[in-house]
Amino acid sequence: MHYESAVETGVDHASKKKARLGVLLFFLYLFFYAGFVVIGVFNYELLSREAGGGMNLALIYGMGLIFFAVLMGILYNYLCSGFEDNMNEKEPTS
Amino acid sequence: MIYHVSYIALFFFVVFVGMVLGLSFYFARRTKSASSYYAAGGQIHWVVNGIAFAGDYLSAASFLGICGMIATFGFDGFLYSIGFLAGWIVALFLIAEPLKRLGKYTFTDALNSTFKSRAITLTAAISTLIVSVFYLIPQMVGAGDLVTPLLGFPHWVGVVLVGIVVIFIVASAGMTSTTYVQFIKGGLLLILSAVLSFYIFKNGLSLQPDHEGQTYHKFITVDPIVVNGKVISAARWNVLSQQEVKGINFVKLEKDGIERWFELAKKGPGYELKEALSVSVAGNGTKLYNGEPREKATFFQVGHMSRIIVNGREVSKTGPLGPFEFLSVIGKSEIVRFSEVKLLDGNDKVSVYYQNKTSGKDFMLPGLKYKIGKDASIWSKLDFISLMLALFLGTAALPHILIRYYTVKSQRDARKSTILAIAAIGLFYVLTLFMGLGAAVNGVLDVESSNMAAPLLAKAFGVVLFSIISAVAFATILGTVAGLIIASSGAIAHDLLDNYFKMDLSDGKKVRAGKISAFVVGIVAIILGITFKGMNVSFLVGWAFAIAASANLPAILFLLFWKKTTAKGIACSIVTGIVASLGVILTSPTMWDRYGLDPANALHHLDNPAIVSFPLSLAVVYLVSILTQKDQKVQTEQLKTYL
Repeated sequence: MHYESAVETGVDHASKKKARLGVLLFFLYLFFYAGFVVIGVFNYELLSREAGGGMNLALIYGMGLIFFAVLMGILYNYLCSGFEDNMNEKEPTS
Repeated sequence: MIYHVSYIALFFFVVFVGMVLGLSFYFARRTKSASSYYAAGGQIHWVVNGIAFAGDYLSAASFLGICGMIATFGFDGFLYSIGFLAGWIVALFLIAEPLKRLGKYTFTDALNSTFKSRAITLTAAISTLIVSVFYLIPQMVGAGDLVTPLLGFPHWVGVVLVGIVVIFIVASAGMTSTTYVQFIKGGLLLILSAVLSFYIFKNGLSLQPDHEGQTYHKFITVDPIVVNGKVISAARWNVLSQQEVKGINFVKLEKDGIERWFELAKKGPGYELKEALSVSVAGNGTKLYNGEPREKATFFQVGHMSRIIVNGREVSKTGPLGPFEFLSVIGKSEIVRFSEVKLLDGNDKVSVYYQNKTSGKDFMLPGLKYKIGKDASIWSKLDFISLMLALFLGTAALPHILIRYYTVKSQRDARKSTILAIAAIGLFYVLTLFMGLGAAVNGVLDVESSNMAAPLLAKAFGVVLFSIISAVAFATILGTVAGLIIASSGAIAHDLLDNYFKMDLSDGKKVRAGKISAFVVGIVAIILGITFKGMNVSFLVGWAFAIAASANLPAILFLLFWKKTTAKGIACSIVTGIVASLGVILTSPTMWDRYGLDPANALHHLDNPAIVSFPLSLAVVYLVSILTQKDQKVQTEQLKTYL
C-alpha cells in the first residue's frame, strides 16, 4: 500500500494550539446545545415562555444556536490564522 | 395528488439537467488521474469549495424534508435545522484539520494512515457504504416526489431518472464536476430560498389563502342528527358507516354516488360533521381520492389558519409582515393541520386526513412529533435526545462530507471553506423555518407527501418561481447523489479492491473499477428509493446521521485525541456502531409500520438509535484499545508524530 496525501503538507507548528482551541470551543458550543435539549426534556414549559419580540424561548434559543455557530466559526478562523502566522515562518502549504 | 404537467417547469428542468451534464462533460475531459477523479486534484478554490460544501449538505433532506416537516409538525421540523447546523461545529472544531493532515482520498485512508490495518480498511469501507446508501434513500425518495408535480410522472419514474442521470455524471467525470455542480446549486438554492421567504412576508397571513389561479378549497360542514354518539342522518347526505379511531369518530357519507369521509366533532351542545380528505384503496387495488378517481382532481391542497391574532385583535388578513412579526403572529394564532388516521372500511384500506386545529403556541414548540412535555413517555423523551445527539454528531462522520476536505490546497483553505459553508447553511436553515411555516398556512400542502411543501409553496407564488425552484431541487438531488455515489465507489474500488484485497490496480483500472461500483450502487439506490416512497426525507436522513455518528465518529475522535487507541479498537467500534444502530432501526416502530405490522407492538419505541449505539461504540473503542495495548506499540509511536 502506498499512502501519500493528495496535497503536500508542511510542518505546522500551530497544530497543537489550534487543536486545543477547537476542543475548547467545541465544549462551549456543546454546553449551549445540550442546554436546549435539557430544557426541552426537564422543563418543557420554559420553552413556551415569551422571550422577546413576541417569540417564545424555543424559537429564540433555536435561532440563537444557529447564529452562535456561525459567530464561533468566524472567531475560530481568526484565532487559528493568527496562530499560524505567528508560529510558522511561512504558510504550512503554499 | 393529481398534478398537471407544467411546460415552463419542463423547460427549466431540461435546461438545468442539460447544464449539469454539460459541466460534467467539460470537466470529464480534464479528469485523467485517480487523484483528480476522487479528490479533484486538491485544486479547488476555497470559496467554490465552501459553497459546494453547502451544496453537498443542503440535500433533499434540508430543502424538501425540513420544510415539509416544519409545515406538518411546526417546531419539531426546525429541530433538524438546529441539529444539522450544530453538527458542523463538531466537524470544524474537532475533525476538519487533523483529518486533512492524515488523509488521502477517503475516510478509510484517514483512519488507516497511522495503522495500515486491513481490519480497519474493511470495516471503514463497509461503514462508508452503509451510511452512503442510507443517505441515498431519502435523496431518491425526494427525487420521486419532485418529478410528480413537475412532470406529471409517477414516483418511481423520478427515482429511476435521477439514478440514470447520476450514474452517467459520475461515470463520466468524478469529483471535479460534482464540486462545480454543487457550487452552482448551493448558491442558487440560497438565493431562491431568500426570494421565496420574501414572497411569504410580502403576502402576509390570511384565513382564506387564495393565490392567483389557485383558489383555496372552502371546507363544508354538515349538521347531523346524533343519537348515543351515532350519526343517524346528515342533511342531504346518506350515512354509510361510522367508526372510532384514537378517540375520534369518522363517518362515511354518500351524495350523488360519491362517498366522502367526515369527522364528527362537538359544536356547542350538539355536533357537526367536518369535511376530511381521504384516500381509499379497494381490495382490487382501485385507488379513490375523496371518493373519486385521481383524474377528477378533487383531491385538493390544504393548510390554513383558523384564527389570526394581531396585537390582541382577531383579523381575517394581515398585510405584509416582517420576519419576526410573522413568527410572532403565527405563535399567537391558530393553525389547521391535517392529521392522518388509517382505518379499515370493509375491504378498503382508507387514509383519512382530518382537520386538526392546533394553537400557534403548540405549533411553535417542540412536541407535535417528538413529545417531550409533562405527559410524555420516557421513550419519546429518549427518542428526542437520541435525535439531537445523532444530528449533532453525524455531520462530522458523513463520508461524502469528509471527502470534500481533501479538495482544497491547504488546511487554512479547508477551514475557510468550512466556515463559509456554516454561514451559508445557517442562513438557509433560518429560511427553512419561514418556508415551512409559510407552506403550513398558505394552502399548498399535499397530504400524501410532506416533502413537496416548499416547491408547492413556490407554485402558489407563480409557476416560474416553482419551475426554477423545482429544477434547483432536482439538481440538488443530482449533486448529492453524485457525491454519495463517488464516496461509495471510492470505498469499493480504492479501499476494498485496491487496499483490502490487494489487487494493486493501475491508475486507469482504479478509475474503471470506481465507475463500475458507481453503477452498482446507483442501481441499489434506485430500488431502495422506490421502496421507501412516502416517508419524510429528513426523518430518513436522521437515520444516516445516526449510523454515521455511531460507526465512524468514536473511531475518528479516539484516533485524533487518544494516543492509546489501537487498530483493533477502531475496527471493533466501527462494527459495533453499524450493528447497534442498524439493529435499533430495523426493530423500530417506523420499520414495523413498513413491514405492515402494528408499530405499537415493535420491540422497542425508539425511532432514533444514536442514544444506544453511540455510547456503545465509544465504550467498545475504549475497552478493546485497552485490551490490545501490547499488539500496538509500534503504531502508537507513529500516532504521536501526527499529533
